[in-house]
Amino acid sequence: MRLRRTMLYLPGNNPNMLLRGHLFAPDGLILDLEDAVAVREKDAARILVRDVLKRGEFGSCEVTVRINGLDTEYWRKDLEMLVPLGRLDGVRAPKVDDAATVRRLDEALSEIEEKAGIEVGRTKIFCLLETAKGIFNTYDIATASPRVAAVIPGGEDLTADLRTNRSPEGTELEGIRRSVIVAARAAGVDALDTVFPRITDDEGLKRETEFIKQLGFDGKSVIHPNQIPIIHEVFTPSEKEIERAQKIVAAAKEAAERGLGAVQVDGRMVDAPVVKRALFTLTRAGLLEEGTEHA
Amino acid sequence: MPKNILGREIPEFIEGYGKTQPFMGASARKPEGNRAGPKLRATFSDRTSKLVPDLKAAIAASGLKSGMTVSFHHHLRNGDYVVNAVIDACAEMGIRDLTLFPTALFGVHKKLIEHIKSGVIRRIMGSVNGPIGQMVSEGGMDVPVVLRSHGGRPRAVVSGDVKIDVAFIAAPTADAYGNICGSQGKSACGSLGYAFTDAMYADCVVAVTDNLVPFPAAPVSIPQYYVDIVAVMDSIGDPAGIVSGTTRITRDPLRLLISKYASRLIEASPYFKDGISFQTGAGGISLAVTAFMKEAMKKRGVRGSFGLGGITGYFVDLLKEGYVEKLMDVQSFDLEAVKSIAENPNHIEISADWYANPWNAGTAVNMLDVVILGATEMDRDFNVNVNTEADGALLHGIGGHQDTAAGAKLTIISQPLLRGRIPCVVDKVYSVTTPGEVVDALVTEYGVTINPRRQDLIDACKEAGNVPLVSMDELIARAHEMCGPSDPVETEDRIIGVIEWRDGTVIDVVRQLKKK
Repeated sequence: MRLRRTMLYLPGNNPNMLLRGHLFAPDGLILDLEDAVAVREKDAARILVRDVLKRGEFGSCEVTVRINGLDTEYWRKDLEMLVPLGRLDGVRAPKVDDAATVRRLDEALSEIEEKAGIEVGRTKIFCLLETAKGIFNTYDIATASPRVAAVIPGGEDLTADLRTNRSPEGTELEGIRRSVIVAARAAGVDALDTVFPRITDDEGLKRETEFIKQLGFDGKSVIHPNQIPIIHEVFTPSEKEIERAQKIVAAAKEAAERGLGAVQVDGRMVDAPVVKRALFTLTRAGLLEEGTEHA
Repeated sequence: MPKNILGREIPEFIEGYGKTQPFMGASARKPEGNRAGPKLRATFSDRTSKLVPDLKAAIAASGLKSGMTVSFHHHLRNGDYVVNAVIDACAEMGIRDLTLFPTALFGVHKKLIEHIKSGVIRRIMGSVNGPIGQMVSEGGMDVPVVLRSHGGRPRAVVSGDVKIDVAFIAAPTADAYGNICGSQGKSACGSLGYAFTDAMYADCVVAVTDNLVPFPAAPVSIPQYYVDIVAVMDSIGDPAGIVSGTTRITRDPLRLLISKYASRLIEASPYFKDGISFQTGAGGISLAVTAFMKEAMKKRGVRGSFGLGGITGYFVDLLKEGYVEKLMDVQSFDLEAVKSIAENPNHIEISADWYANPWNAGTAVNMLDVVILGATEMDRDFNVNVNTEADGALLHGIGGHQDTAAGAKLTIISQPLLRGRIPCVVDKVYSVTTPGEVVDALVTEYGVTINPRRQDLIDACKEAGNVPLVSMDELIARAHEMCGPSDPVETEDRIIGVIEWRDGTVIDVVRQLKKK
C-alpha cells in the first residue's frame, strides 16, 4: 500500500526545485510540464525534466510527471522522452473526461514501454478530473485501465466548468468530493484531493485536510513545501488509533497461526477488512514498511 | 612568504598596516602589559553645559585635525545620518586623511565614496560592504582596510592597537551634560552596546542627538563623565532604517528545512537542558531555529538561562514567556526589542567589550552554549569565510562571528548548499574569517555535517535518530557534481584588506582583484 498523503508539484522549468523537491519528504512528486510551463518553454522543460529523471535522486518519493493534455501536441513527446528512462512511477494526465482518453494513454504507454524494454504496465496513471464530464465519468475512468492509480478532482478548472468559483468553505466541491470517493473506492483506486491554493493559510489548510480525510481521501496535491508537514500531521494516526491497530494486527496474526478465521478485539469482531484498515493505519504512522504484504 | 598556522601567506609587514602577528590558534595569543587609556581631562563646576551650536562647532571644539582617527557606532544601521553628516562637515572644514573607525558601515554610507576619492578619508578600519567593498576590492583605497570582529574591535582599543581621537556617538536621547540613552526618543535604537568602548577610550567624545532632554536624562546608557561635547542635529536617523517592524519567521521552505535540522541537532546535543543559553541573531534561518527550539523546549519542559547578541521581538517573547531568564543585548533589532530594553530589568544592555572582547576578565560569549551563524563558504577543514564573496570581493563584516564561534560550546553554521549555482562548501575557502577549530557543524538542506573532531556530537545525533548526517566529503562531492568547477579568483599581489582574528593576529589577507 503506497502512501499518497502529499504529492508535491514541482515546476518543470525550475531546476532548483526539481533537484531539491524530494528534500521536503512528500510522499510523491509531480514534475509539472503542463500549467507551470509556458508554451514556448515546453521543449526546454521536457529536456530539463529528462535530465533530472536521469539523475534519479528522489529519496523515497513516488515520482510522476504531469504531462500535457491529450488534446495538445505535446503529450506524446512528453511520454516518448521520459517513460523510456524507466524512472517514472506514473504520469498525471490533465483534463481526463472519459474512459477513451485513459485507454489512448494506456495504449501509448504500453507501446513506449515495450519499445524501451521496460516492464509493460509499470507506469501508472493518475487522472485529473477537471470538467463536469470527467467527474460524471469517474468510475468509468478509474476502471478504464489497470494502470489507473488514483483519481483527483480538479480545483480551479472544475469550478469554472461548473460555472462557479472556489470559496474558502469549499461548498462547490463538497458533493463532488463525496462522489469521487465513492467511485474511487468502487473502482479500487486512490482518491486524492485537489490543491489548497492559499499557501500562507496554514489553519485553512489544516481544516480542509481534516475534512477530506474524514470523507475518506488518501491525500492531497501540494503546491508549496510548507504544506507538507501540516497535511502529514493530519494524516498521522493518533496514539490511540495506533494502539488499537497494533492490537488488531497482533490478534489477527495470532488467529492466523491458530487457523482461526475471525477473532474479537475489545468486544468487536475483527475480520479481514478491519485488519486491512489497521495495517493501513500502521503504514500511515510509519510503523510498517511500505508495501509489506500481510495475509 | 611566511604562513600562519592555517597555511595562509601573511607578509611580515603590510604597507599601511604595519608589522603583522600571524594567527597561531584560537586562544594562543596572551596579552602583555596594561590597558591603554584616553587623555585625562578635568571638568569643574564652572562648566555645566557641554552643548555647542552645531556639528561643525562640535568638530572644532573636539580638536579634530587632519590625519586623526574618528569612530562611530552602527546602532542606527541603514537609517544613520550621523556618519555622513560628520564626514561632510569635516570635508567642508578642510580636514583630510582621516582614519574612519566605525563598528560597521551600511548601504546608506555609500556616500563616503566621494570622500574617499577626494582624500578626506584615507583609511577605514572596519567592515566594508556593498559599493564601498567593491571599490576597496578593486584597489580604490591606498591603505588596506582592517577587518575586526565585534570583540576584536574593543580589544584593539583597550590594548592600544587603535587610538581613537574623537568618538562621535549618535545619541537617540541626551541631556546637555552628556548623559546618553539609546532606548528613548524618535530615533530610539535600544542598546548602545557598540558605543561604550569608544566612549571610555576616545580622547574626545561627542554626543550627537536629535532629542535633547533636561538634565539628568534617564535611563542612562553612557554617563556624562565620558562625554565631552553635546551637539544637536534635526534628525540623527530615519526610524524606518534604524529598527525593523515585527521580525517575521521565514516562510522559505528550504530555510525552514535547514532550521528544522539545526534545531534537531541542538536538541540531540548535550546542551539541550535546563539553563541552555543561545544566540541566533536575526537572519531568516536563525529566527526559525529559535521557533523550532521553542517548540522543543516546550515539549521537553526545558528552561533556558539567557539569549545573547542582537535581540529581536522573538527573543523578547521568549523572555516574557519564561523560556529564557535574561536577555543580554548588544544590539536591538526591532521595535519590540527597543521597548523591552527600556522597560524590562531582565533585558540587559551590554557593551561589545562585555559581549565579546577576548582580552578582559571574562566575556559573555564564554558562557554561551549554542550559536547559529551564517557563512559565504566553508571548507574541508571547517574554516569559514564570511568576508569575501565567491568573486573575491569584500562583502560582509565579521560581526560577532569569530567571538561567538570561539566562545560557544556548539557552533553551528547554517546555509543552503547552493546560492544560485554557487556552493557554500569548497575545498579551500578564499579567505578565512573563523578557523575550523572553533566550528562544530554545518547544516544544509541535505542534512547535518559535523566536524570530525566532535565525535561526541556525531554519536549524539545517531542516537537521536532524526538528524540526517552527511559528511563534508559527500557534501563537497555533491556540490561539485551539481555546480561543476568554479574559476579561481584572479588577484594582484597588493593587499587591500587584513582580516584579524579577535586577538589581533592576522588570520588572512585579501588581495586586490585583477581588472577584468
